Amino acid sequence: MAIEIEQPCVELSNVAVSETHGEDSPYFAGWKAYDENPYDELTNPSGVIQMGLAENQVSFDMVEKYLEQHPEASTWGKGAPGWFRENALFQDYHGLKSFRTAMASFMQQIRGGRAKFDPDRVVLTAGATAANELLTFILANPGDALLVPTPYYPGFDRDLCWRTGVKIIPIHCDSSNNFQITPKALEAAYQQAVSTYTKVRAVLITNPSNPLGATIQRSVLEDILEFVTRKNIHLVSDEIYSGSAFSADEFVSVAEILEARDYKDAERVHIVYSLSKDLGLPGFRVGTIYSYNDRVVTTARRMSSFTLISSQTQHLLATMLSDEEFTENYIKTNRERLRKRYEMIIDGLTSSGIECLKGNAGLFCWMNLSPLLEKPTREGELELWNPILHEVRLNISPGSSCHCSEPGWFRVCFANMSEQTLEVALDRIRNFMHERASVNRSLFSNR
Amino acid sequence: MTQNRSSRQSEEDNKPYPGRRGGGTAMRVIVPLQGVVQGRGGLFLGSVIPCALFYFLQLYFKRRHRTPSNSPPPSSSSDATSSPPCSPSTSTDKLTEVFLLPRSLSRILLSPRGASTVPYLSSRANSIVKAENSPYILGLRKVAEDSYHRIDNPNGVIQLGLAENKLSLDLVQDWLVENASGAILGGQEDCREFNISGMTGYQPYDGLAELKVAIAGFMSQVMENPVLFKPSLMALTTGATAALEILSFCLADSGNAFLVPTPHSPGFDSDIKWRTGLEMVPVPCRSTDNFSLNITVLDQAFKQAKKRGQKVRGIIITNPSNPVGNLLNRETLYNLLDFAREKNLHIISNEIFSGSTYGDEEFVSMAEVLETENVDKDRVHIVYGLSKDLSVPGFRVGVIYSYNEKVLAASRKLARSCIISAPTQLLLTSMLLDTRFVQKFIEINRSRLRKMHDMFVAGLKQLGINCSRSSGGFYCWADMSKLIRSYSEKGELELWDRLLNVSKINVTPGSCCHCIEPGWFRFCFTTLTEIDIPVVIERIRRISEATKSHS
Repeated sequence: MAIEIEQPCVELSNVAVSETHGEDSPYFAGWKAYDENPYDELTNPSGVIQMGLAENQVSFDMVEKYLEQHPEASTWGKGAPGWFRENALFQDYHGLKSFRTAMASFMQQIRGGRAKFDPDRVVLTAGATAANELLTFILANPGDALLVPTPYYPGFDRDLCWRTGVKIIPIHCDSSNNFQITPKALEAAYQQAVSTYTKVRAVLITNPSNPLGATIQRSVLEDILEFVTRKNIHLVSDEIYSGSAFSADEFVSVAEILEARDYKDAERVHIVYSLSKDLGLPGFRVGTIYSYNDRVVTTARRMSSFTLISSQTQHLLATMLSDEEFTENYIKTNRERLRKRYEMIIDGLTSSGIECLKGNAGLFCWMNLSPLLEKPTREGELELWNPILHEVRLNISPGSSCHCSEPGWFRVCFANMSEQTLEVALDRIRNFMHERASVNRSLFSNR
Repeated sequence: MTQNRSSRQSEEDNKPYPGRRGGGTAMRVIVPLQGVVQGRGGLFLGSVIPCALFYFLQLYFKRRHRTPSNSPPPSSSSDATSSPPCSPSTSTDKLTEVFLLPRSLSRILLSPRGASTVPYLSSRANSIVKAENSPYILGLRKVAEDSYHRIDNPNGVIQLGLAENKLSLDLVQDWLVENASGAILGGQEDCREFNISGMTGYQPYDGLAELKVAIAGFMSQVMENPVLFKPSLMALTTGATAALEILSFCLADSGNAFLVPTPHSPGFDSDIKWRTGLEMVPVPCRSTDNFSLNITVLDQAFKQAKKRGQKVRGIIITNPSNPVGNLLNRETLYNLLDFAREKNLHIISNEIFSGSTYGDEEFVSMAEVLETENVDKDRVHIVYGLSKDLSVPGFRVGVIYSYNEKVLAASRKLARSCIISAPTQLLLTSMLLDTRFVQKFIEINRSRLRKMHDMFVAGLKQLGINCSRSSGGFYCWADMSKLIRSYSEKGELELWDRLLNVSKINVTPGSCCHCIEPGWFRFCFTTLTEIDIPVVIERIRRISEATKSHS
């Protein structure tokens, strides 16, 4: 008989074993279902259609064309002597000046020139994920809190909380006023923190909002600014969908408001941006923090050493984003195409008897299926979501994973597929709704 | 009975306010003080805490002059307080932070309603203020302002403080010029079809499978002895810096510690401690045995840390080491594994210079040792990267290689915030799969490293400056103690200052590397060409003569 000697099991940290990464939630479960059975027009027409990934595929043909026509962006050694040397070795956390300048100018163009951006305030990170996490590390200590309006991007639970030890306290929004943030809701969230002796360090908004697919109105932004100034806390404005507003006038950036008031109280405001959504390049990992606070800029820059963007990518994109003719055309065309997609999906959903929140930006719509719920609870919502995922085979994101306080809302992405695939998806939804209607009718007639 | 009640009460005093998480050490000092003021906790706490505070205040002022870290543990009376698990020496650091808190926060501590108009920044953000004035940063700044160039700026500052390898860049450049457009654009050179869609979309958090395969192959090639690296045990990150930090987050909680042999890379102070809240316990190595790791000293450091109440979670070794450049031999690695097993610790083996060996000694990777040992791999993790061995620090490629499934799983999720840019991943996959190029590169690079190292060491020797024996890496670790005016950190920094501002060479003083013996300096020789070496030696000679004539 073998004698078993118990080996001491080497321990891991709390961070390593915690569930805060949230990857066991329905949001990610849907992705797994898609990974196991992905839809393909030709080879797997009955697979799961991915409508849970906010990726912009409607405009990357323009990017592709640009790179094809401008090989100097991606070739080596054919530029000025010493160019390669500088680039391969370049690991300065300031980032390539030409790239920062290009980013600043791109951000300016998206806002129609209504706000100016200084390249020296641009801090580069490998994606907005890193930018949000970095800002959290800088603005808050473990145990402190950020106030975030619901519903919000499920990834925030991981990005803002996991390693940082910071908490999210929700600012509850509901459909009674189209999920807009109210001063009352802000104050209520703040008081909730106070009652648990938690220090609030910042309000973090996403504008245009994910998952709502709508921009925040100017008056609401002003209310939020007044609130954070009064409480002496920071404001982080995640504007990664700013270039995906369907029309240029619809989006108001907090930068515009600050510029209009001569940057008074601006040292508490920080903007996060990325090329993953607007430019459809999530694989390139390009994010930025734009801060009006010098110390935050300096600290963020040093901290970005954990998450630098490859110099190759910086050079490639610097060329592209400095080309104002290209960027102007891209921004305009991208907006137009997204708007058309949005109209297409709304028409399709309306004809199936489904209502959505009125949206004007982003890569998704916020769909209301609450009339279909058996019970107006989170469980009821998941009971509805399950058959949609596994039988209808559409991966959409349940509102509960976005911490929405009203059950029955779902986020549906429309920009990460071809028009044909979207048609297929809309057909499936139509069939699903017809079936449910006929089931309900027969149930009703049998009583 | 009374005794129990008061000790229970004092425990209560030491608990932070209910529901409050964080606010940590500051509260642990203030709450018992409040207790004392209100008459609870008794005379014992009332006298010990102010004494302890006074002691720590003294320690804090002493530390500002950065005395060697082997300070004796504080008196046992402070251990008797029912105080938090963190040791007094770590409390000192945290108290230091309290002292350095922005005025706005200290005002809040004194009068809770005193809100200033400047929004608060975290203690992490504030700790950067200290680091900005370190010799390491100051030196880099000086070089940036006034860079040496043989023709355009011959009196500029020569960079010997940043570990870049310029010796073999031409090889990489040639490859890129010939192959790059195909590699990035996803088609053959002549093919007109352009397809970037493969690289634009979301990628796996921990790197493309193809790149992992390519890097595993590269790692196997650079190791002198054949070792098989498995792509399935990897997570890729934007540089070894990120890899090291992620592992730190996975293996230890805030307040825990790692044992780290000194001298070590200056970068560790921020990479390992900054956002994780971890501590490093130095394990001093000495010139008498060429700064080799001594297991007895390791054991001593572990025991002392334990006495101080520090929870040690692991050991971080760098092999080949930075700054000394020596290698850990097979026997030491086995002993290290035994030690780790005995104390139930992790081992992080930072092997980023493993492809840059040039000496006669044999380089043994942890991976090689583990291939022969079949047990207990769960505690070993290797960090690698392409910045040093492939001369491409700008591309940001780091590797976590772990045998521990749970660590890998957590690392992969954490890598979400540091994913390598897709075009770079594709480019490097192509480059590394070109094994003929890799072979040629490794051989030529090694021979150039050897040549440059030998030349530099010989040049220093002519001036009577000896270097430690090194077999890998980018540095000469030189003993300049004869040139410093007082045998102390102060003297060393004075020499550093003269070297930077008078001779205009940026070198790294040993104190930045936490070396216990003053007077050692780290020279990076891979940023130089052969013609530059005499210039550097000449500048040092002038300083050396100036020193001798003054003494």
